[in-house]
Amino acid sequence: MDDDITAGRKLNRRHALECMVWAGTGVIWTLSGGVPKALSLLDEAQAAEAASSSFTFLQISDSHVGFDKEAPVTAIDTLHEAVGRIKALSVQPSFMLHTGDITHLSKPDQFDDADQIIGSTGITTHYVPGEHDMVDAAQGKAYMDRYGKDSWGQGWYAFDQNGVHFIGLVNVVNLKAGGLGNLGAEQLAWLEKDLAGRPSSQPIVVFAHIPLWTIYPQWGWGTDDSAQALAMLQRFGSVTVLNGHIHQIIQKVEGNMTFHTARSTAFPQPAPGAAPAPGPVIVPADQLRGMLGLTSVNYTVGQRDLAITDSTLA
Amino acid sequence: MRFRLFRSVLILGTTVALVTLANSMPAFAKDVTVTISNFAFAPAAITIAAGDKVIFVNGDDTIHSVVADDGSFHSDGLDTNDKFAMTFAKPGKIAYHCGLHPFMKGEIIVQ
Repeated sequence: MDDDITAGRKLNRRHALECMVWAGTGVIWTLSGGVPKALSLLDEAQAAEAASSSFTFLQISDSHVGFDKEAPVTAIDTLHEAVGRIKALSVQPSFMLHTGDITHLSKPDQFDDADQIIGSTGITTHYVPGEHDMVDAAQGKAYMDRYGKDSWGQGWYAFDQNGVHFIGLVNVVNLKAGGLGNLGAEQLAWLEKDLAGRPSSQPIVVFAHIPLWTIYPQWGWGTDDSAQALAMLQRFGSVTVLNGHIHQIIQKVEGNMTFHTARSTAFPQPAPGAAPAPGPVIVPADQLRGMLGLTSVNYTVGQRDLAITDSTLA
Repeated sequence: MRFRLFRSVLILGTTVALVTLANSMPAFAKDVTVTISNFAFAPAAITIAAGDKVIFVNGDDTIHSVVADDGSFHSDGLDTNDKFAMTFAKPGKIAYHCGLHPFMKGEIIVQ
């Protein structure tokens, strides 16, 4: 990993492509001097080294507790399996990010089950909501009561870890007819304030449920006003954007920004445009786990790119 | 002549009474079903009479919802085969969408 970390942007990009080979299990993210790189969950030596000089965090997404259309395997079963993988890691991540769709239907027992299973890792987990977490009668109260206590507006917040600034955004509230994901003026104003005065050298990690770049607008896979947020982040030397929602890995590098979407732990969705609609892909049980996974990210002090590694539950 | 006039008034009165009855009686209201299938409302546009009830049925493998564009009503998340019913009492045009997948749009014209 060291060689890659000291290499320039081109090598990092190449490495990112290599990392995509691992796509499917889980991604461990490493921040190296400001740029996220993924580490293979399987490469324990690298992970151990990264942890000594930096830190690693996990991204878990789209657990959809309550979903059961992949019967006999349920979303609870595969979430248990994902958590089993996390507990078995030789180097435990500093924390986890859950990028939304914790539940399938925002029901109290679904939130309870998710809490209990994910909480059994003992690892601090930072959540942002998905649209499936907002469909209770009060449209988001169930999520906010449980996860929104230390947040602004409809659930957005920021925190720092080892000099890296993490920003959790909410783009699943009050979606407009015919529109995509939406951040809204209030959240954008908060973001501008949050970023003001920060040195451009500070590594930034932004996480939100719906992708913050346009992947496939016909299926709502993008965010209407994300360009305004990305413009505010333009001046920073290292920006990593982590999303869920589309239940598959898609990565893009643009200038100093790396965009990455994680797999679901519950069910796969079709590649953009590969089906009439973006509904769940129902696959034979023996194929399912190869399409679900986690993401790991490792940060190394002094490095611009974070290392992002996806791994499957197979 | 007097009798004939009386009879005409009687017939007219009965007709008016019947028409009034039809306009106010819920028993004449219809149930209209809109199916959600493959991430679309079908039919996407319907015309109903004031007092009719629209029943949305989710036929997809994932959840959907029904949200008025003007925010006047919304369903909870509808799982597979879940239903949401809404009676529209006043004439007008109601545009709605799915709160989870807002590219799914529909329209109800109430006459």
